[in-house]
Amino acid sequence: MSVNRPDDKTLRICLAGDWMLGSDIPQAGVITGEIGAGPRIERVTFCTDSLGGWDTGLLTFLVKVLNYCSGDGIVADRNGLPGGVQRLLTLASAPPGMKGARREPARISVLEWFGGAALGFWRGLLEMTEFIGEAAVAFVRFITGRARFRRSDLFVTIQQCGAQALPIVSLISVLVGLILAFIGAIQLRLFGAQIYVASLVGIGMVRALAAIMTGIIMSGRTGASFAAQLGTMQVNEEIDALKTFGISPMEFLVLPRMIALFLMMPLLSLYADLMGVLGGFVIGVTMLDLNFTAYYNKTAESVSINDFLVGIFSAAVFGVLVALSGCMRGMQCGRSASAVGKATTSAVVTGIVSIVVAMAVITVICHVLNI
Amino acid sequence: MEKPQPHIVVQDLTLAYGDSVVQRDLTFTVGRGDIFIIMGGSGCGKSTLLRGMVGLQRPARGRVLYDGVSFWDAEEVVQQRIMRNFGVLYQSGALWSSMTLAENVALPLEEYTGLSAGQISEIVSFKLSLVGLAGFEEYYPSELSGGMKKRAGLARAMALDPEVLFFDEPSAGLDPVSARMMDRLILELRNSLGATIVVVTHELASIFAIGQNSVFLDGATKTMIAGGNPRELLTSSADPRVRNFLTRGEAAAAS
Repeated sequence: MSVNRPDDKTLRICLAGDWMLGSDIPQAGVITGEIGAGPRIERVTFCTDSLGGWDTGLLTFLVKVLNYCSGDGIVADRNGLPGGVQRLLTLASAPPGMKGARREPARISVLEWFGGAALGFWRGLLEMTEFIGEAAVAFVRFITGRARFRRSDLFVTIQQCGAQALPIVSLISVLVGLILAFIGAIQLRLFGAQIYVASLVGIGMVRALAAIMTGIIMSGRTGASFAAQLGTMQVNEEIDALKTFGISPMEFLVLPRMIALFLMMPLLSLYADLMGVLGGFVIGVTMLDLNFTAYYNKTAESVSINDFLVGIFSAAVFGVLVALSGCMRGMQCGRSASAVGKATTSAVVTGIVSIVVAMAVITVICHVLNI
Repeated sequence: MEKPQPHIVVQDLTLAYGDSVVQRDLTFTVGRGDIFIIMGGSGCGKSTLLRGMVGLQRPARGRVLYDGVSFWDAEEVVQQRIMRNFGVLYQSGALWSSMTLAENVALPLEEYTGLSAGQISEIVSFKLSLVGLAGFEEYYPSELSGGMKKRAGLARAMALDPEVLFFDEPSAGLDPVSARMMDRLILELRNSLGATIVVVTHELASIFAIGQNSVFLDGATKTMIAGGNPRELLTSSADPRVRNFLTRGEAAAAS
C-alpha cells in the first residue's frame, strides 16, 4: 500500500498485492494517521490497479477508513475500488431491518449487579415454592388415584434409577466403608481398640453416609438426567404439546420420576449400608486381624434400629429432593441448547446443596428428639 | 358468499414477555370453518400470538373468545374443555420422543375417550395413513425425517377430531412438493371435517393457496396493519409494507 497526495486537499490510497485475512495487512491507523499528519484533507480516493486477491480483510480495513472519513467530514470517493468491493460495502452500510435492534454491550455497576442478583434469588425462591406446591398437588392427586401418567413410564424410570444405579452405588459405598475403616483403624489402634472400627463403620454408614453418598450419586446421575430430559422436551415444544392436550406435565412427567426416586432411594441406601459395612470388614480382617464373627457381632451390637431408620428416612427425603431439583430445573429450562446445559448443572448443584442442608436439619432434629 | 359464524374472536390482545411488548392491540375474528392466516415477517410475533391463542402464554391484556367464552378469564375446568377441542401442530412436530408414533397419536385418545385398545389402534393406523405414514406405527420420532415428523405431528393433532386446528409454520423446512401436499391436506381437513384452521406462516405460496382470511402483523410498529383475504390484499392493499411482503419485495423494487 502506498499513500500520496496528488494535490493539497486529496489523499490517494493505492492498494497493491493480496489483501487476504491472515496475510500481513496494514492497519487502518496508518491511513488515519496520514490524514491527520498533513494539511486539511477534503477528499480520499482509491486506486487499485495492482490489487491482487482480496477478501473480508480488505473490507474491514476499508470500513474503518470510510467510517473515519465520514466522521471527519471527508468525502470518500469509492469509484476507484473494484465493483464487488463497492457493492458489498453498500450492502453492509444498509440500515438495519429492525429499529432498535442494535444493542450496546451492557455495563453494569456493582450495586446494580447485587440488586439484580438479590431480585433473581427472590424470584428463584418464589418459583421453587410454586413448583413444590404444584408437585404436592400432583402427589395428592396420585394418592387419590386421579393423576394421569403412564404406568410404563414409572417402571422404566424405576429401572433406570434403581437397578441400573447398583454398580456405581456398590463401588462408591465399598470405597467409603474402606476409607472410613482405614482412617479409624490408624487412630483406634493407638488405644488397642481396633474392634471399634466395626462400630465406627457400621454407625457411620447406616445412619448417615450411605444415604448421603447415594443421594449425591443419584443427584449427579439421575437428577442431571431428569433435568436434561425435561429441558430437551421444553426446547422441542414437547411440554407445550402436552399442555395443549390438557395433560398436566406435573403429573405426566414429574410425578413418575418423583415416585420412582422416592421408592428407589431407600432401597439403594439399604444396599449401600451393606456394601459400606463390607468395605469396613475387608480392612478389619486384613489390616487389623479381627476375626469374622467378632466384627459381625460388634457391628450388630452397635448399630441400633434407630440408626437404621434415620438412614432410610433420610434416603427417602433425599430421593424426593433430588427428583424435585432435577425436574424443577428441567421444567424451568429456556429454549436453547445452552439452557439445557445450564439446567443440568443447576439441577446437580441444587440437588447436592439441598441434600446437605436436609441432612443438617435431620441431624439437629434427631439430636433434639434424642433419637 | 355467506358470512361464516364467528368461531374465535380476538379483542385488543397485547402480548408481551415481561416488559417487552411483542404485539399490541390485535383485534380480529376467525369464522367457523375458515382457513385463517397469521402472517408477517420473521420475528414479528406470529408464534407468540399463536401461543396466546392456544392457551400457552397468558396475554398481557385483551381477550380471546371461543364461541363467546373468554379463554383467559375462564376457570381452569372450562379452559381444559376448550383446549380439548384444539389440535396444534408445532413447528418441529413436537412429538414425544420417548414414545413411538402409534403411542404419540394414541395418548390423547387414551386420555379422553373410553375406547378399547383395539379401537384406538385402528384409529391410530387410520390417522397415520391419512398423513401418508401408514406402517410407521412402531417408529420413534428420532428415526424420522423432519417432514415425516411434521406429518406425524399432524396425525396427533387430528387424533381427537378437533374443532380448531392450529398450525405453526406447517411448510417451513419442507421441500416444495411436501409443502404443497401439506397445503392440500389442510384444505381437505377443512372441507371434510369442517374444522376451523389457523395457520401461522410466511410462505407466500401457501398463503395464496389456502388463505381465506388473514391478519398481517408488523414487527416494527408491533401491531396488525392489515387483514382480510390475502388475494384481495394483494390487489387492493395500499400499504407498501403489505404489498412488499405479498410480492416478495418486488413492489418495493418496482417503485
